[in-house]
Amino acid sequence: MIRFILRRSGSLILLLIAVSFITFTLFQLGPADPASAACGQECTPERVAEARVALGMDQPFLVQYADYMRGLVAPRMIGAPGAESVCQWPCLGKSFQTNEDVSDIIGRSLPYTLSMAIGALVLWTVSGVGLGLLAALRKGSATDKFIVGAASVGVSLPIPVTGLFLLLVFVNQLHLLPFTTNEIASPLGPQGPWAWVLNYLLPWIALAVLFSASYIRVTRTNMIETFGEDFIRTARAKGLAPRTVTFKHGVRAGITPVVTMLGMDIGLLLGGAVLTEQIFSVPGLGFTAVRAAISGDLPVTMAITMLAAFFVIVANVVVDLAYAAIDPRVRLQ
Amino acid sequence: MTQLQPSTPATEQEAIPFLDVRNLSVKFPTDDGLVSAVNGMDFSLQRGQTLGIVGESGSGKSVTSQALMGLLKGTSAQVSGQALFQGRDLVTLPESGMRRLRGRNIGMIFQDPLSALHPFYTVGHQIAEAYLVHNSATRKQARAAAVEMLGRVGIPSPEQRFDEYPHHFSGGMRQRAMIAMALICEPELLIADEPTTALDVTVQAQILDLMAELQAETNSALILITHDLGVVAEVCDSVLVMYGGQCVESGAVDEIFYDTRHPYTLGLLKSMPTLNSSSGRLSPIPGQPPSLLDLPAGCIFSSRCEYAALAGDGVCREQRPALQAENGHGTRCHLSGPQITTIRNSR
Repeated sequence: MIRFILRRSGSLILLLIAVSFITFTLFQLGPADPASAACGQECTPERVAEARVALGMDQPFLVQYADYMRGLVAPRMIGAPGAESVCQWPCLGKSFQTNEDVSDIIGRSLPYTLSMAIGALVLWTVSGVGLGLLAALRKGSATDKFIVGAASVGVSLPIPVTGLFLLLVFVNQLHLLPFTTNEIASPLGPQGPWAWVLNYLLPWIALAVLFSASYIRVTRTNMIETFGEDFIRTARAKGLAPRTVTFKHGVRAGITPVVTMLGMDIGLLLGGAVLTEQIFSVPGLGFTAVRAAISGDLPVTMAITMLAAFFVIVANVVVDLAYAAIDPRVRLQ
Repeated sequence: MTQLQPSTPATEQEAIPFLDVRNLSVKFPTDDGLVSAVNGMDFSLQRGQTLGIVGESGSGKSVTSQALMGLLKGTSAQVSGQALFQGRDLVTLPESGMRRLRGRNIGMIFQDPLSALHPFYTVGHQIAEAYLVHNSATRKQARAAAVEMLGRVGIPSPEQRFDEYPHHFSGGMRQRAMIAMALICEPELLIADEPTTALDVTVQAQILDLMAELQAETNSALILITHDLGVVAEVCDSVLVMYGGQCVESGAVDEIFYDTRHPYTLGLLKSMPTLNSSSGRLSPIPGQPPSLLDLPAGCIFSSRCEYAALAGDGVCREQRPALQAENGHGTRCHLSGPQITTIRNSR
């Protein structure tokens, strides 16, 4: 167990280095010119050159990369000679746009993304697994057909459609919910948890409609297969109550593929739900990453890309650990 | 309907049977039509007796056992007829009542112990669970009962084995654990659905001995479903031969083996490998079993029966023979007794 986690942490670091190098390279090859973007409206070639020096972009590519990576281990100085400022550890660089520490930007955006991800996750897991299980238990019935039909509709609805539809109905027409505000980033804030729920309810629903559709299908298929297993017949032959047969014997065995999906989706979502954040104007990681990429803000783009990769890789490890916890035949080595 | 009591010799005093199955039928609706898996089964059984149900794959053996166990309730299967178990009809009994019988009064052992045991729970937990559901006991008492049962079915160091998972057990050990699970509440009736098919031959004998031993201890009745005639000869008191969802021959074990009355049973016996067979080849029954979607109007076995012509006038193809019993030995064939005797002696 400990050895497994240590080994996976080692490969996590190697993967992150690879991801950072690829992102850095892609950025160099791309058309973005951060220096002229940073120097503002009245730009002279001299000022662009100054800005280039200030951003460190006058250095060779590999030197820039090495400087950046050094910041991940120790604090470093950033800025034009004579006007340098300290970038505290862990230094992810300073924004080319605002000269703010990237770690501060991440720290500000992450709570929004977490708020969106957590609620959406709970909502789609409960509805997806619940409806999938119901469909499997009532296989072939009208309920089953309705749920499967709704799932195929849900999976084909893109976020902009559901998102805008929800906004139109619940905010514009019915005035039941407020438009998402940036002032609430956590359930522990001054407005309290209920305001947090109301604030994020629509993005949660939009994400849940999309995600729960595939959870319904995967849960249904796997549960139908599991309910046909011999050990379910054994459980019934013992005289166990239907609830025990379904949940203790059935769901425990049939749920593993859903755990895998869940792990991957959490990892992806924590890197920022770009479309959902755009539509509901939630300044989370996805929203910030889009702004940064458009304006050629390399340090911010790098940091969010690496953070997203980090979440996906960690989610993978967590899935493996969860498998070992669920299935005694799985050994971590 | 012919009265048939294969397990009770005619001289013994007629008691109310412990299990009495009358005209049991099971049909499954499918997209292609109604599959008649079991068609009018009749048999009865007393405590302490062993009935073997023999037949090839798809003959309805397992479906019969599942119908008795009430495992078809809640599925699309249509079960009709009567199955009186200690006076209660297992066919009409609602699921809630059936659930109280399962495990406590009727235990069941399945063919493949690896897939029949839950892979995520320890063997001991699964046995204790069967105890807890029918007894008001603490987990500690259930554990003690399960450990004792594991010991009784011959699992060494049961206290340690209790906490191991099915994949830690060998095939024979798993089947022993299944038997422990089925017998922990000491059911009066045990249904074993091909309990030795998935096991090595040497292990098969051990498992059969174990079952016979435990049956003798608890004086329970045993229905042994198998396609292995050797197993039947070894442990059964009476035999019921199934073909196409029907009982084609039934009677005491010696009668079936030494006074065979049905061509299908003759074919089964002939197809068994023997040590002194001269040709070195097996003698299969030619042809395929009938489609259960569309059973023939006449004798179900007629399309494969070498002797159908002997009955004359195509009667075998047109008319379904009734089950006729003589001294508790029943057969479903148009051929006369002397004809069968001639056929049997000619081989």
